[in-house]
Amino acid sequence: MNVVVLGATRGIGRALARRFAERGDRVFLLGRDLADLDRSARDIEIRANRATQVGFAHCDLGDPDSFTSAMDAAAAALSTVEAVVVTAGDFATQPALEQSLERTRYLLTVNFTNTVLFCEQARTRLLAHGGTLCVFSSVAGDRGRKPVILYGAAKAGLAHYLEGLDHKYSARGLRVVCVKPGFVKTSMTTGLKPPPFAGEADGVAADVIRAIDRGQPVVYTPRIWQAVMMVIRTLPRFVMRRIEF
Amino acid sequence: MGNSSLSGWGRRPVPGQELRSEDLDRLTRDAVLTRGLGRSYGDSSLPPGSHPIVVATPLADRILSFDERTGVLRAEAGYSLESLYHDFLPRGWFTPVTPGTQFVTLGGMVAADIHGKNHHVDGTIGRHVRSIRVRVASGEIIECSRTEEFDLFRATIGGMGLTGHILEIELQLTRVPSPWIWGEMLRVANIDEYLDALKASAAEWPFTMGWIDCLSRGPSMGRGVLQRGRWATNGEAPEKLPRPLMRVPVPIVCPSWVMGYTVGKTFNEGYYRWNRTTPARVVHPQKFFYPLDTLLHWNRLYGKRGFTQYQCVLPDAAGRPAVRQLLELLTQQGAASFLCVIKDCGEQGEGLLSFPLKGTSIALDLPVRDGTQAIVDKLNEFVIAAGGRIYLAKDAFTRAEHFRAMEPRLPEWLAIRRQWDPTGRLRSAQSVRLFGDPA
Repeated sequence: MNVVVLGATRGIGRALARRFAERGDRVFLLGRDLADLDRSARDIEIRANRATQVGFAHCDLGDPDSFTSAMDAAAAALSTVEAVVVTAGDFATQPALEQSLERTRYLLTVNFTNTVLFCEQARTRLLAHGGTLCVFSSVAGDRGRKPVILYGAAKAGLAHYLEGLDHKYSARGLRVVCVKPGFVKTSMTTGLKPPPFAGEADGVAADVIRAIDRGQPVVYTPRIWQAVMMVIRTLPRFVMRRIEF
Repeated sequence: MGNSSLSGWGRRPVPGQELRSEDLDRLTRDAVLTRGLGRSYGDSSLPPGSHPIVVATPLADRILSFDERTGVLRAEAGYSLESLYHDFLPRGWFTPVTPGTQFVTLGGMVAADIHGKNHHVDGTIGRHVRSIRVRVASGEIIECSRTEEFDLFRATIGGMGLTGHILEIELQLTRVPSPWIWGEMLRVANIDEYLDALKASAAEWPFTMGWIDCLSRGPSMGRGVLQRGRWATNGEAPEKLPRPLMRVPVPIVCPSWVMGYTVGKTFNEGYYRWNRTTPARVVHPQKFFYPLDTLLHWNRLYGKRGFTQYQCVLPDAAGRPAVRQLLELLTQQGAASFLCVIKDCGEQGEGLLSFPLKGTSIALDLPVRDGTQAIVDKLNEFVIAAGGRIYLAKDAFTRAEHFRAMEPRLPEWLAIRRQWDPTGRLRSAQSVRLFGDPA
């Protein structure tokens, strides 16, 4: 499989790119920092121990103008793009966002508007031959919750968009995979207290690859979060008003 | 907000919090300490009281280069031995020196200058390190090696992260003929026979070490099981790659009697009887090097108060009686230990605070009780008199004056450290305890 990963230098994106390459998939990395991408590409090549080079190009979710050239570079390197994975995104705590409208605008723009714009580019290209669009939403999007109101709202919107894409285009060969990670111990969550069932990037990556292979439309990872969120979704409002979860 | 406490493998927490990122460069600018996977037993990777943030490297885990012809590997400090095993053993390369767990990072291995079952042949990891990229206290990033900034290099190997934040490491890997081990077990009736067998094995086998029962007394004192091995040749090894072993977690923090005397006595008796002398055969490399890694969170067995490991090395000059006396002292002190590991060490390495020296290393796990400080003091007094020393990566109880007395190289190391860090900015709970750094 030929895979493009946006957000491949860090966290779950890094773990995913390594796993794809190790099993023989060809990967193309997208990210903000070329020097960092170069280091990640070398890392993946050495781990995968294959002769094929790992290519990369600049792509910044904060700057939609970078999307076209990035996808062009990926298509040129891979000839056919069979999967596009988006792990990149922004995060800030609810208190931090409430203190700055500017910060809030940036997070909402990157995590919703720009991610959707990027997916729209990917969609048109993937529809040409059929393929998979795998995008990271979050369990935070499953219900409005006190600690993740703004972040969760953007992720909920994204999940909605992905569901719609699946409904409309699955018959035409576009497989959409919406990933809903629970708490994962990455640099995004550093400094936050890990709850029970916190996952590691590599375990999440394994779950995501399995979901992509199966064409699973929605995947919770670590899997226990599916049960956790099922309970959270059924809690009545008066309970949600009282708890801090 | 955040983790309010941090602990070493001995599960004795202090207030503290880890900060993790792929970008070590950015993270280490203001930090006073960096840790890897937190597998040192005591307080080496714990922060001083006034500065509770510790940078953790495990996300900075990229391989930067590897030369298939020479085996020279360069990687970021958080690259783990578990990954190295997975990435390189199937291609016929491995770390030249491995400790008894895979859950360590390259940075941690160098900071503690770890040794393994092959110390008598291959020395510590430091011998195989070609170059280290370090962020020193001023914030400057220095590449040090045997040809550049050698003083910083040898102070950093075994320097417990106190000379600078280790960012990258260049390591010479070793070629292995197969990913399997050819090994055998020897059941030995007492400590004298054990030491004889250890010495005899060292001449023929690159990997030797063993477990002794330090709860047995009289003529069977120090009976044990000696393990020895080498990499299996192509002819001996199975065609297939070793499959990763199943790992089972200890789910809960156990009550303290679990690792007490009665269970220990029963376990040791059983373990001794179970392990008969076996002829040489193919052994799974993870079973051989990392038997305890199959039991995840085994430190929970020691209960709420945690445990410490006492590891010392007694020089050959002190002779065999010293080993016997130490065992007797242990029994007297009631320092009952489940796990007592004895290994012979080769020559001292370049690292200025490197632990091993030519002699016999003895390591035992001690559950923390009210009398633990007194036991460690007694053992340390004995070790000082014998001309030995203790291993900082295991230590949580040694007193500053005891460490000074057992470490003649300390003034030289401190002088080099002062050159790079005149105000003692980079420090740990351990350096506060042992070197008088500001808390």
